Amino acid sequence: MAQTKNSELLKNPLNLNNPITVQVLGICSALAVTVKLEPAIVMAISVTVVTALSNLIISLIRNTIPSRIRIIVQLVVVSFLVILVDQVLKAFMYELDKALSVYVGLIITNCIVMGRLEAFALGNKPLPALLDGIGNGFGYGAILVIVAFVRELFGSGTLFGVQVIPDACYELGYSNCGFMLNPPMALILIGIVIWIQRAKVKELQEK
Amino acid sequence: MDALNLFIKSIFIDNMIFASFLGMCSYLAVSKTVKTSVGLGAAVIFVLLVTVPVNYLLENFILKPGALSWLGDGYKDVDLSFLSFIMFIAVIAAIVQLVEMIVEKFAPALYGQLGIFLPLIAVNCAIMGASLFMQQKNFPSIGTATVYALGAGIGWFIAIVLMAAIREKISYSNVPAPLKGVGIAFIVCGLMAIAFMSFMGIKL
Repeated sequence: MAQTKNSELLKNPLNLNNPITVQVLGICSALAVTVKLEPAIVMAISVTVVTALSNLIISLIRNTIPSRIRIIVQLVVVSFLVILVDQVLKAFMYELDKALSVYVGLIITNCIVMGRLEAFALGNKPLPALLDGIGNGFGYGAILVIVAFVRELFGSGTLFGVQVIPDACYELGYSNCGFMLNPPMALILIGIVIWIQRAKVKELQEK
Repeated sequence: MDALNLFIKSIFIDNMIFASFLGMCSYLAVSKTVKTSVGLGAAVIFVLLVTVPVNYLLENFILKPGALSWLGDGYKDVDLSFLSFIMFIAVIAAIVQLVEMIVEKFAPALYGQLGIFLPLIAVNCAIMGASLFMQQKNFPSIGTATVYALGAGIGWFIAIVLMAAIREKISYSNVPAPLKGVGIAFIVCGLMAIAFMSFMGIKL
């Protein structure tokens, strides 16, 4: 019983309870980093780490936090983790850290992190909370990767910076859709992802 | 940089929502009716106008490498910039709390209108984002930083009110079932962002 419950905690956010397309959380930082796959994946990993660990920490101390100041406590825990992530990125992937610019810092105010802390970690044991954090991080990452994949493939003709569309196609008159690289396309692509998902899973449709 | 130029640029070209996607969560959640979105938009302008200058002072006199040199020569090499995230968010949370108390005491009518939105703003990415952009852009004076904050706030306000107006109309249209609600909101937002792109390149 406990086994199936835990695996659901990991699986649900990937589809039925996806943080971006269903809970509509964490879009703020999601879109700006999806021009290329590489920063999108780094961002996804950072968010997963922060969500999972902050869920774990808050869940461990949940019985000692006075409910009136819980927001401040959560912010402190989250910003502590984000500073750690930022320092690690600066040390080992300086170029990527520059590319992500302010969006690493914005993980602090990312609604996924706060939302999961409020909705889950405050009322659950550490292990389920950790799994919930990992699941939601992956759910968020999945959407980031889908959007970044489409944008990089059609926008620059590359994946992970390696050219995948053969030169022959360009000689035949194919050209990259520069518009994919502009911010509006990220919004429209997420709209389309939501469209496809809800067309498949009827119970998610809004009345 | 010319202040007016910066002002126009931060409203239209570097629009918080359409160019940097900041504050999208509350943007999509609250933009269902024009009335509430005006309230939230006003609250965002207000809080931005207070927090960005305060964080500017903090950045330039405490956090920046060498910013502590006013304490004496011994502090010249101190670099506290790794603390900026936690300092900024603490300042924002504290100021939002303070603003809430002040508004409640001196302008009860305004408080009634902003009411529930004020506490929500502490975790609005647009507020934190403006402070981080301020840090990144290295503004020459506190005046410029304030102008930037005002422009960013007004840009956010315009975006959310326009969006709410469109969504009020959409509720009467026949949208395909899977797109209803959030889906169509994203696509509308994308189309509006395309429209805002036409402001690019404007220089005063």
